[in-house]
Amino acid sequence: MQASLSLPPAAPRSDPGPAVFRRSAFRFCGLRREALGLRSLRPAGSTRIFRSPARTPSRKTVTAVSGNGIGSLSKGFDYDLVIIGAGVGGHGAALHAVEKGLKTAIIEGDIVGGTCVNRGCVPSKALLAVSGRMRELQNEHHLNALGLQVSSPGYDRQGVADHANNLASKIRNNLTNSLKALGVDILTGVGTIADTQKVTYGKVGFPDTEITARDIIIATGSVPFVPTGIEVDGKTVFTSDHALKLEWVPEWIAIVGSGYIGLEFSDVYTALGSEVTFVEALDQLMPGFDPEIGKLAQRVLINPRKIDYHTGVFAKKITPAKDGKPVLIELIDAKTKEPKYTLEVDAALIATGRAPFTKGLGLENINVVTQRGFVPVNERMQVIDASGNLIPHLYCIGDANGKMMLAHAASAQGISVVEQIGGTDNVLNHLSIPAACFTHPEISMVGMTEPQAREKAQQEGFEVSVAKTSFKANTKALAENEGEGLAKLIYRPDTGEILGVHILGMHAADLIHEASNAIALGTRVQDIKFAVHAHPTLSEVLDELFKSAEVNTGVSPPSVNEPVTV
Amino acid sequence: MAGVGQLHLGTPFLPSASIRGRSSGGGGSRRLTTRIQAKIREIFMPALSSTMTEGKIVSWVRAEGDKLSKGESVVVVESDKADMDVETFYEGYLAAIMVEEGDVAAVGSAIALLAETEDEIPLAKSQASSSSSPAASPPAAETPVPPSPSETAPEAVSSPPPSPKSSQAAVSSTHPASESGRRIVATPYAKKLAKDLKVELGSVAGSGPMGRIVAKDVEAAAAVAAAAAPVSSVPPKSISDSAAVKAPASPAIQLGTVVPFTTMQGAVSKNMVESLSVPTFRVGYTITTDALDSLYKKIKSKGVTMTALLAKATALALTKHPVVNSSCRDGKSFTYNSSINIAVAVAIDGGLITPVLQDADKVDIYSLSRKWKELVDKARAKQLQPHEYNNGTFTLSNLGMFGVDRFDAILPPGTGAIMAVGASQPTVVATKDGRIGVKSQMQVNVTADHRVIYGADLAAFLQTLAKIIEDPKELTL
Repeated sequence: MQASLSLPPAAPRSDPGPAVFRRSAFRFCGLRREALGLRSLRPAGSTRIFRSPARTPSRKTVTAVSGNGIGSLSKGFDYDLVIIGAGVGGHGAALHAVEKGLKTAIIEGDIVGGTCVNRGCVPSKALLAVSGRMRELQNEHHLNALGLQVSSPGYDRQGVADHANNLASKIRNNLTNSLKALGVDILTGVGTIADTQKVTYGKVGFPDTEITARDIIIATGSVPFVPTGIEVDGKTVFTSDHALKLEWVPEWIAIVGSGYIGLEFSDVYTALGSEVTFVEALDQLMPGFDPEIGKLAQRVLINPRKIDYHTGVFAKKITPAKDGKPVLIELIDAKTKEPKYTLEVDAALIATGRAPFTKGLGLENINVVTQRGFVPVNERMQVIDASGNLIPHLYCIGDANGKMMLAHAASAQGISVVEQIGGTDNVLNHLSIPAACFTHPEISMVGMTEPQAREKAQQEGFEVSVAKTSFKANTKALAENEGEGLAKLIYRPDTGEILGVHILGMHAADLIHEASNAIALGTRVQDIKFAVHAHPTLSEVLDELFKSAEVNTGVSPPSVNEPVTV
Repeated sequence: MAGVGQLHLGTPFLPSASIRGRSSGGGGSRRLTTRIQAKIREIFMPALSSTMTEGKIVSWVRAEGDKLSKGESVVVVESDKADMDVETFYEGYLAAIMVEEGDVAAVGSAIALLAETEDEIPLAKSQASSSSSPAASPPAAETPVPPSPSETAPEAVSSPPPSPKSSQAAVSSTHPASESGRRIVATPYAKKLAKDLKVELGSVAGSGPMGRIVAKDVEAAAAVAAAAAPVSSVPPKSISDSAAVKAPASPAIQLGTVVPFTTMQGAVSKNMVESLSVPTFRVGYTITTDALDSLYKKIKSKGVTMTALLAKATALALTKHPVVNSSCRDGKSFTYNSSINIAVAVAIDGGLITPVLQDADKVDIYSLSRKWKELVDKARAKQLQPHEYNNGTFTLSNLGMFGVDRFDAILPPGTGAIMAVGASQPTVVATKDGRIGVKSQMQVNVTADHRVIYGADLAAFLQTLAKIIEDPKELTL
């Protein structure tokens, strides 16, 4: 089809290689018409930040050349926009702000890139890339099935650690360079809100500098959450911050918490030869996942590996190893609080979630009280003060508001805020934000889980259907000898609305976007099922999935009402 | 391209006409097929696709004893294409699960029994255990449940010694044996292996940091137990009737048939193949046994057995050569075992087992003999507990009673050495003073792991052993 041949002219890349969050050129697929139709069924105000893609490249070029402050709205202010925190959320917001012609500064007290780049998603992907390969090389059965012979694979711990570290600094440099190239001022120091539209910043021990801004975005992110009773020494009891440095590979490590972080680390550690014991407070492992996916994940990612688990227990007390004693973990029953067992392990990784980092922000100056540390915001990320009123010109995005603690969610929220500042009302649809867990195989999801969808269906009185396809029936997956996996679609049979998609299988994290884009654009199952997928590819798993859904309405009427420039 | 919803429902592999199956709407689940037999129905592995010949039990949705109503999901089966929930076609109680999670069964073979009423559950259970082999294709129709009321079949069967089920629970969340006072610390993989290899962790000595049990300890324990492990899982029911024990061994062997390995044979096979990864060598020695024979004659009346004497002599020799009593498990280090536990191979029906004389160097010969008798009796009755057969540090194998004068033995993985003992026979020998005389002599041949035990070690050990046997007064001390 012509769509695949008619990519828009590539945007001139003024920023030298920001590999991550460049949104220069939208890619078109066979669904382009739907995408541009901006389906009117969506409630007003919930349109996502998709402007006409045809205009994007030129706009970008102009802003990149024009630099900072041209067409600036900053009458009487030092900046149009000041962002506190240069993580992925702040970076995304800053880039979009420049594109919108806003004079922008970003305040960073630590290092550019924040958690994701320095202590989170990015270095962990490096470790997981290693663990994935180790796993393949160690799986003799699998290799033999492919006709391969590999003798005694091994790894160099320092080499692996260096890879993670190098990747983090590379991405960090990319982010910094892209900000500089666009003319975003990077101000170093801890940012504090002094008053409405007023921020001070400065390094410890130096006098603070005060700047004014028309709008302020808080994007200070989060830090690992460590429950009380757990003593973190950074050596034998540690959080993901330390674990990512991979200073050693314990023979036996307990991972407290079986969410994304814990699960990914279990993948890394078991591939590198550790044995893992999960400690989970809820009654089942991987509580955040769709139950069916969780069950399969347990079968694929837990049971066959050197992993065991204790569920329904709290780690009441964790003592680091010392004086020749191992790490001691006192477990109590999560409900009765009775002592259950004491684990003796070589190391403990605390992966019990993340806590917002909002200390020192000066929220008291503007009468904002955090809720469990999170900055309260409305659906437009506007900060709410103690008396329930919106604080003008102050927004909070990302982990600090706790709406959805994902790097790309923070970035999307930041872009949404910039849109609002620019005068376009915008509410981000969080149900269209995909999430992924980079185990081997990967897990990804977007929208609601089946129980969530069923609950909503009951309240609102509609029906829910579920369709599933298996990777076992996919040619490409079988060619890779990776037939383990499942894709699951939760949808409304009456309208064809996609409520959620969950995938466990090879490259699930890359596959989810077809579904998340469909949700974001309001594409219905009965329409997307006509989209063509290259054969043989893993994407046919989703193709099959959409095709196997049964929608009661016919094909929805053509939604292209205006001609589309290509 | 067969998705879940498109599986064929034809059941060409199912053996009986009473089998029915139907799809239950778009969900892609299947009805289980069952065959009536009295009031206990067998649940078969269904054919979920036209190409499916066997299926893997992914998980049992319901547990034994659960009441099932028609159309309920009972089990998730993985076929060559997809995983499917399988439903029951009848009401009843899930009486016995015959194929555990993770195991594979041929299409059409029984995977569980469904009892119509609760009262029939014990009956079904005993029926299930009597046809315990998962692949057993002929249904247990000809051999109904033991009818004799005097037999304790149901209760005996309901409490098989360390059943795989109980150890499964241990793996998931609680450590076993904590009630015995001694806490067992075992790594996740060690626990998994213990479950798979049916090794009881309580009887395994840990060699990891802080004495924790690690995978190699379990492997070693399983290796030493070799064929023994499966024995304990044989339902005690068969013990009550010794004829039944012999039955499988002797009756008419059909020539030209292919016989799948029993669990025990499977375990032996696995261990034997594993043994190939250990570089072994052998050193033989001829030992004069006149003095030992006369000692034996003297104290035989006190219940002392030749096996105990040999074990004792070996143990005493080992005290002077601890390296021969060591074991290497990971190829990087080795362990000087703290106690000398002599395992002695004993042939039993359908295999062999290695009861262990613990601390054979310390226990006096009379106690050792009594202990040996007790172990042999237990072995014959298949009542040996894992700790009684799986912690040997040195193995003895004696084929002398068959008149075998020399042979060599395969080293059980996880131990350092095994000694093959031949028959003691009158032999014409030249003595040092130039005469020719007759002496009883036996040949022993030690197989050892050359990674840790070298030729000189074995030679010195054998020399010590020969001295002890040729002048056996030490043995009765």
